Amino acid sequence: MATKRNALGVLMGIELVLNGANVNFVALSSKYFRTETLGLDGQLIALFVIVLAAAEAAVALAIALNFYNNHATIDVDRADELKG
Amino acid sequence: MDPSEWLHVLLGWAVLSPLVSFALIVLFGPYMGKAGKGAGLVATFAIALACVLSLVALFAIWLPEHYPGSPHGAGQHATTADGSDGDGQHEHASPGGHENDAHGHEPNHHDEAGSSHADSDHEHAHHPVAYYADYWYRLGQFGRLHLDIGYYIDSLTICMFCMVTLIATCIHVYAIGYMHDELEEYTDHDVTLEDGSHLTRPGRYSRFFQYLSLFCFSMLGLVIAGNIAQTFVFWELVGICSYFLIGFYIERPSASTAANKAFIVNRVGDFGMIVGLMVIWSCLGTFNFGDVDQRDDSGQLVMDNQGQPAMEAGIFSLVRPAAANYALVVPNGMVLASKRSEVATIVKDHLNHPNGIKAAESEVHARLDGWREQNFGYGLLILAGIGIFCGCVGKSAQFPLHTWLPDAMEGPTPVSALVHSATMVAAGVFLVGRFYPVFAPEVLLVIAIVGCITLFMAATIAITATDIKRVLAYSTISQLGYMMLALGVGGWLAGMLHLFTHAFFKSLLFMCSGSVIHAVHSNEMTDMGGLRKKMPITAYTMLVGCLAISGAGLPLLIGFSGYYSKDAILEQIFSFWRHDPANATLGMVFFLTAAGGASITAFYMFRLWFMTFAGAPRDAHRYDHAHESPSVMWWPLVVLAFFAVTVAWKPFDLSLSNLLEASRPTGTVEPGPGVQISQVWPNEHLAHQGTNYWTIVVPVTWLAFFTALGGFLFACVFYGWRILNAEDVRRQFQLIYSLLRNKWFFDELYDVLWIQPTLWVSRFVAAIDRRLIDWILDSLARVTAAFSRWGDRWVDQGIVDGLANGLAHWTYNTGLVLRRVQTGRLRQYVMFIVVGTVGILILITWTRSMAGN
Repeated sequence: MATKRNALGVLMGIELVLNGANVNFVALSSKYFRTETLGLDGQLIALFVIVLAAAEAAVALAIALNFYNNHATIDVDRADELKG
Repeated sequence: MDPSEWLHVLLGWAVLSPLVSFALIVLFGPYMGKAGKGAGLVATFAIALACVLSLVALFAIWLPEHYPGSPHGAGQHATTADGSDGDGQHEHASPGGHENDAHGHEPNHHDEAGSSHADSDHEHAHHPVAYYADYWYRLGQFGRLHLDIGYYIDSLTICMFCMVTLIATCIHVYAIGYMHDELEEYTDHDVTLEDGSHLTRPGRYSRFFQYLSLFCFSMLGLVIAGNIAQTFVFWELVGICSYFLIGFYIERPSASTAANKAFIVNRVGDFGMIVGLMVIWSCLGTFNFGDVDQRDDSGQLVMDNQGQPAMEAGIFSLVRPAAANYALVVPNGMVLASKRSEVATIVKDHLNHPNGIKAAESEVHARLDGWREQNFGYGLLILAGIGIFCGCVGKSAQFPLHTWLPDAMEGPTPVSALVHSATMVAAGVFLVGRFYPVFAPEVLLVIAIVGCITLFMAATIAITATDIKRVLAYSTISQLGYMMLALGVGGWLAGMLHLFTHAFFKSLLFMCSGSVIHAVHSNEMTDMGGLRKKMPITAYTMLVGCLAISGAGLPLLIGFSGYYSKDAILEQIFSFWRHDPANATLGMVFFLTAAGGASITAFYMFRLWFMTFAGAPRDAHRYDHAHESPSVMWWPLVVLAFFAVTVAWKPFDLSLSNLLEASRPTGTVEPGPGVQISQVWPNEHLAHQGTNYWTIVVPVTWLAFFTALGGFLFACVFYGWRILNAEDVRRQFQLIYSLLRNKWFFDELYDVLWIQPTLWVSRFVAAIDRRLIDWILDSLARVTAAFSRWGDRWVDQGIVDGLANGLAHWTYNTGLVLRRVQTGRLRQYVMFIVVGTVGILILITWTRSMAGN
């Protein structure tokens, strides 16, 4: 994610990070893994993260489309107009 | 009807009625009909109502109980000063029930001066005056001391009410006609504006009647006042009304100056009056004239040992206690006040003993009579009397405060008739009559001397005045001097009688002069002449007035009202002269002045009449335009002329003098001997006792007749028949003429004595103000400004602004440094996040492991 210049690549990276976190949550809820589990909480948080990831993806794709409309590219390094 | 229940109610409404009218006109005056025309009717109705109420009070309530000739007359069941008979004037009492109680009153009483009264057994049987006194509203009570809005009603009060309201009603009616100019835009020909035109202003019809109503309220309140403080309040109220009315044509400089003069001169007299009030309050602890029910703080009646309402002694009872047979006694309060250091010593001596206060009290009481016999406190009594008289000097325009009255003629003529001749200026004489029991013989002598000087001086000035109203004004001063002189020589009844007769004929004379002024539009008699044919009613009613003021009458038979009162005064002065051979000089001066004054009075009055109404017209243009006044103006003249003739007649027991005699302050028929002076006063009834009739009344009456006739003939010689030319005589006596013409130079004298020094002092003080105080202030301001500039430069601009700017610079520079971080490269930010997160994780792990160990 940190090395991609393509906005869609960055977006995919974010999704991977989130899914990685989800896997962690689910794994930590399993009683086979350790005795002090998160229980159903871990699985519920995973569901929440999926929903939020969907929402985030919608927003991010909208930003990417608008960015493309304005700059005819989706290279994130070009998005430096607000730098100090 | 029971007077104690009804009298103060009726008279209270009579007082309030003009006040209501005043309030109505103040609020709605300009909306009352066209240009406020209804205001005149409202005011007239109010005063007429007061007049009716007063007459009802006199005829329906007072007279059935106190008919002068009846054995139930004056004093039979009135309150006695010793308080043992505690009813008579109170709501809860039944006066009729005490007529026959064992109170030792002889059924006889002092008859009026005119009836033959040879029964000397009763000459010194004093009867207390019948009066009704209490209060309507208590302003404040501080233990024993209290201040009320109260009433004191005796026959004098009621007669004053009838006289004031009757004359005021006539004058209101007259003013409806006289003031009709004010209904429209009024062009004042006496005021010239800068562009040479005359001032035109909206009419002030309703304002005039508003002031008249306020004046009537104040005057009636003054007459009915139950205590001297209340008198003083209304005294000032009539003063301010007089001020308003003199300055009615406020745009005329002469009018506004005259108003100021009247007000300021009266303040001089009032200062003395305040001194008198302070003496009375601090020594006697009461302002009440008469005895009233004693009440505690909650307003409940206090009962004495016998279960009767306890009485609280008023000023009159304190000064003339019944126990001393109504002789003048210095009250305890005044004795103690003048020996206060001794009293303090006694109290200090006893203070440490048990029951010390009681013992001190009894010792003070034991020594009180001894002190009194040494005349301690007598000076305070004189001071109180002189102080009150000072107020009367101002109000009644006596020498040396007489200068305001002639100038007061700047007001409209109805005002001159009502305020400055008939009623308000008579208030001073009224107060002297009311306060008569308190005056020590020394004070009486001062009153007599002041009156004597006034009457002579004013009469002489009136000879040369040519302004018709000023002649009458000086005549008023002179007649007031007569009243004061009469009161001063012990003629209480004579002075009071003259007050009433004078009120009627002087208001008549003023209104006639107003009628003339209305017709010819000039005050100067040199513009008049021959008006008798043009305005006969005015001319002949004025003739009646002239005859009345001259005291015309058939000697010893019948006469105009002035005949009775002036003869009574002269008789009393003559008695004063003959009664005390050891001190005859003063009496002789008094008598010769008064007799001469009577002659001068006749002279100037007929001079006025002849110059105005007889002979050939001096100003043909004015004469042609002159006309008789409308009936609304001459009807009041006829009514007043009737009273000017008849008011003093005494065909029955019921006569004005008998009515007034019922109010004579007890014990003052013969003022006692003084302490500082050896003068002895005669009994006022002396002239009518035994053979004195032939040695006093007859010669004095004939003398008065001939002096007045002499004055009349002189006037005829100069102005009627024109045998002698007044101009020639004037040239012969140029010096005296200029003295009289300039009013004895009193205005000039006061100018030099008071006004110029006051102006000098003012100028000096103004110079100090401008040069010194202003300089200090200016310098202070300059120093302050310089200091401020320094502060601005160093503190504000240097420190405060420097701090604020420095902070801003620092923030700006910090921002410039930090902006480098914002590269705008997204991937770099992600790296920061990753590195940061890893850093935080390491930090947490490290700290936890440290804590764990």
